[in-house]
Amino acid sequence: MTATAEPSVNEFGQARKRKEDARLISGRTRWTDNLTLPGMVHLAVLRSPVAHATITSIDVGAAKQAPGVTAVFTGRDLADEQGSLPCAWPISPDMVAPQAPSLAVDRVNFAGEAVAVVVARSAAEAHDALELIDVDYDDLPVVLDMEAALADGADLVHPELGTNRSALWAFDSAEVGTGGDVEEAIRGARDNGVVVKRRFRQQRLIPAFMEPRSVVMDPTGEQMTLWSATQIPHVLRVMIAMTLGVPEHKVRVIAPDVGGGFGGKLQVTPEEIITFLVARRLGKPVKWTEGRSESLVSGHHGRDQIQDLTICANRDGTVTGLKVELLADMGAYLRLVTPGVPILGAFMYNAIYKIPAYHFACTNVFTDKTPTDAYRGAGRPEATFAIERMMDELAAELGMEPLELREKNWIKHEEFPYTTISTLTYDSGNYEAATARAKELFDYDGLRAEQQRRRAANDPVQLGIGISTFTEMCGLAPSRVLGSLSYGAGGWEHAAIRMLPTGKVEVVTGSSPHGQGHETAWSQIVSDQLGVAFDDVEVLHGDTQSSHKGMDSYGSRSLTVGGIAVVKAAEKVVEKARKVAAHMLEASEDDLEYDRGRFTVRGTDKGTTVADVALAVFAAHDLPEGVEPSLDSDATFDPENFSFPHGTHLCATEVDTETGEVSIRSYASVDDVGTVVNPLIVDGQIHGGLAQGIAQALYEEAVYDEAGTLVTGTLADYLVPSAVDLPHFTTDRTETPSTTNPLGVKGVGEAGTIASTPAVVNAIIDAVRHLGVRDVEMPCSPQTVWRAINAARGQVKSTSEGSTETAAGGGLGSIDSQHGGAR
Amino acid sequence: MTRITVTVDGVKYTDEVEPRTLLVHYLREQVGKTGTVVGCDTSNCGACTVHLDGQSVKSCSVFAVQADGSEVTTIEGLARDGRLHPVQQAFHDNHALQCGFCTPGMIMQAIDLLGDNPNPDDEQVRHGLEGNLCRCTGYQNIVKAVRDAAGKMSPGAGPAAEQVSSQARSGVSGGGQ
Ligand code: FES
Ligand code: FES
Repeated sequence: MTATAEPSVNEFGQARKRKEDARLISGRTRWTDNLTLPGMVHLAVLRSPVAHATITSIDVGAAKQAPGVTAVFTGRDLADEQGSLPCAWPISPDMVAPQAPSLAVDRVNFAGEAVAVVVARSAAEAHDALELIDVDYDDLPVVLDMEAALADGADLVHPELGTNRSALWAFDSAEVGTGGDVEEAIRGARDNGVVVKRRFRQQRLIPAFMEPRSVVMDPTGEQMTLWSATQIPHVLRVMIAMTLGVPEHKVRVIAPDVGGGFGGKLQVTPEEIITFLVARRLGKPVKWTEGRSESLVSGHHGRDQIQDLTICANRDGTVTGLKVELLADMGAYLRLVTPGVPILGAFMYNAIYKIPAYHFACTNVFTDKTPTDAYRGAGRPEATFAIERMMDELAAELGMEPLELREKNWIKHEEFPYTTISTLTYDSGNYEAATARAKELFDYDGLRAEQQRRRAANDPVQLGIGISTFTEMCGLAPSRVLGSLSYGAGGWEHAAIRMLPTGKVEVVTGSSPHGQGHETAWSQIVSDQLGVAFDDVEVLHGDTQSSHKGMDSYGSRSLTVGGIAVVKAAEKVVEKARKVAAHMLEASEDDLEYDRGRFTVRGTDKGTTVADVALAVFAAHDLPEGVEPSLDSDATFDPENFSFPHGTHLCATEVDTETGEVSIRSYASVDDVGTVVNPLIVDGQIHGGLAQGIAQALYEEAVYDEAGTLVTGTLADYLVPSAVDLPHFTTDRTETPSTTNPLGVKGVGEAGTIASTPAVVNAIIDAVRHLGVRDVEMPCSPQTVWRAINAARGQVKSTSEGSTETAAGGGLGSIDSQHGGAR
Repeated sequence: MTRITVTVDGVKYTDEVEPRTLLVHYLREQVGKTGTVVGCDTSNCGACTVHLDGQSVKSCSVFAVQADGSEVTTIEGLARDGRLHPVQQAFHDNHALQCGFCTPGMIMQAIDLLGDNPNPDDEQVRHGLEGNLCRCTGYQNIVKAVRDAAGKMSPGAGPAAEQVSSQARSGVSGGGQ
């Protein structure tokens, strides 16, 4: 027997404390910026202070003479080798895309774009020398507003493209054959039902991971090694090879400890390419680490859409159609998945509802701003916000209770699997159960009663209740679906299991954790599969040398795709072990039973373990004919479907109608993420997701001035919430297992963010709707709320003076005031 | 260059530093204490928090020369005889970290807070940690961890305890690793 601890209970479902923590709580971390290599020099980036200009000259003479400076490079110096930064998601055949140099050559298209770099012996010296570089800019007209950018004769971000419109992507249920014609549905409702039209604005956000980005490149080995604070070491390696023409096998990419990403590190960055090229030129290791202000202005941003929605329904509340028209701000360039982010939302506007006619169209627009790309939820928060806001608006128009309206339209639990109007098949779910539990936790009825009392008493601080009954598609993704969306890669994931002679196990995963706790969760999964102790499993990731194959972590995909790959690899280990075990036990394979690491001969007390088999295979003295001496196995798993977590989030806000101040009084969420490997980790993911979704509702916005300068370029201006800005969350779960993977798991990483934003905003509007407010733009700061209240009061007054129009709030108002419902 | 002598995590260092060198850069680059990290350039995030002569400070807002003759404790100097500090243990026990980047600063600040108020309620913990940003956890488990640690620490186990012998710590009942 080998000295391995016996697992006592099923690991699956246990609230295991994380393996990762030991080094993180004691400062023994391996952030990229912690690395120091022999002879290493430091790179600093000069960034454009202007949003749109021709570069007429760059004088680097003084910088080159500065103390400690090794070299200075401009875009012109790298122009022949830097290629164009990759965009892997050309959403339509006629999509237009500009060249995207890592270091600007002739022109800058957003403030913050890299224009030159200094390499010096210390980071401080490199930064000092930046100030000595003299760049002459010839200003060009700045394009900032999406609607203006699309107007005839608009100034152009990229004149060579002849337009600011990058692409139009549309889906129409009548054309595809999944449902009716939405225009017909709207016409029908004008005569006979209700039509509600609203415009929402998804403000621009910044992922604001806490670890600033950092890159170290060592060109001195046979394989050039690039360390990067990235979510996607594997994708990065392929993209470096494809972008720069470097042989792929000569590049090794390592993502060491990575301090959060939230989509913000799902990127092939200009700085990675520049650091790679400069180190290769100089023949020495080079490090670049950004400052926070650099991060906020140059790391990709998220959201930034204008959403025009029309929903129509019968007077009994049955929704008959939904029309969605979006403008999505790409910023100045198309980064890795920029154009696809709003398109991911296309499948989610119908959400949990049975909608018989649906039209979606998204126009992608260039502006002179920082490029946008994935940020936690990517497309799905926007969709969820819009539909959940619309359900509240529709309920108000109809005079219906908003939860009842939702219930009337949602897919009943006995109707799964259910194929939606946007072609997805939801495998499982139980919206009734999650909602019932959430109402109970929240004391929904009690709070509604209190709301009535306070409304009647004309309390200056009004109580609002916001609802978000959401679902999302995650676990990106079935490769065939990605292919049909013109995505440049597949959505599989790889895993390998190495059985060591002493019975310990190494698990290699293509997932690339940066806070999610995969080392712990994967150990739990393997512990059950192979009957080894939790502590006897080591998880290897984030280094293309040890983990050679992967599609990395984003889109809540790691467990539902990467975790299942681990299960599949373990199953192969067991199959290999079975043959040897049968031989060792002198039994037929058919007579063997297997349970958590132990083979037994049916009807006898004879047995052996995977660990013992591993040792026998290592010795290889006596193996059955034709059996190779290895249990090691790998698997590449391609899911057949997305996963569809769902839940009901309820938020109670107190809104001071005199000051506009909002405070969250209570927040209850019940999420159904299928079966749960580790409840501790799942709760943590929900908490963090809620924080980011609430932050969008209340605090965060990347603001530009008319010159195109980011004015929220520090953490003093870009308001990432602190502990005092967030409430206590009451969370619970219902469990409806996924039917499309063997563990029954669904994704959890983005759920909280997707669900929470509309719950909060609905709660704010619910508190002041009786004053005539029908929308408040995000972030709902005291000024914004106060202004919305005052604007509505003004309009309500004018209504009483005889106008037939209702208050529009921030939206466009109902388009059929003569046929509207309860007003 | 200025010569300074600083005791970091119980070890005395004498070094030449530029007058403009920030304490955090001195710690990371010259002393090798990379457990302390930099998250911003405007003193807003708290990731760099250490204890300077028993007070928590954002080490990005102090010059290295200001620490001359002082005693600095970083996240790397908290464990005693292989035993985690109760606050470190509580962060682990309560899943108060995800990516862990804010964690060193958060733990150092939490110890300071518990030194001032050994038995804080949720609101007091939240206010005490207001200067430390976390993007991952939504703070809920951090608050829980700090209160859990409070229950396990005896009064006087705040930063002041680090400056003297381990005797001052005898009342501390941290769990093993
Ligand atoms: S690095 Fe010191 S407060 Fe952010
Ligand atoms: S754990 Fe990631 S920032 Fe706090």
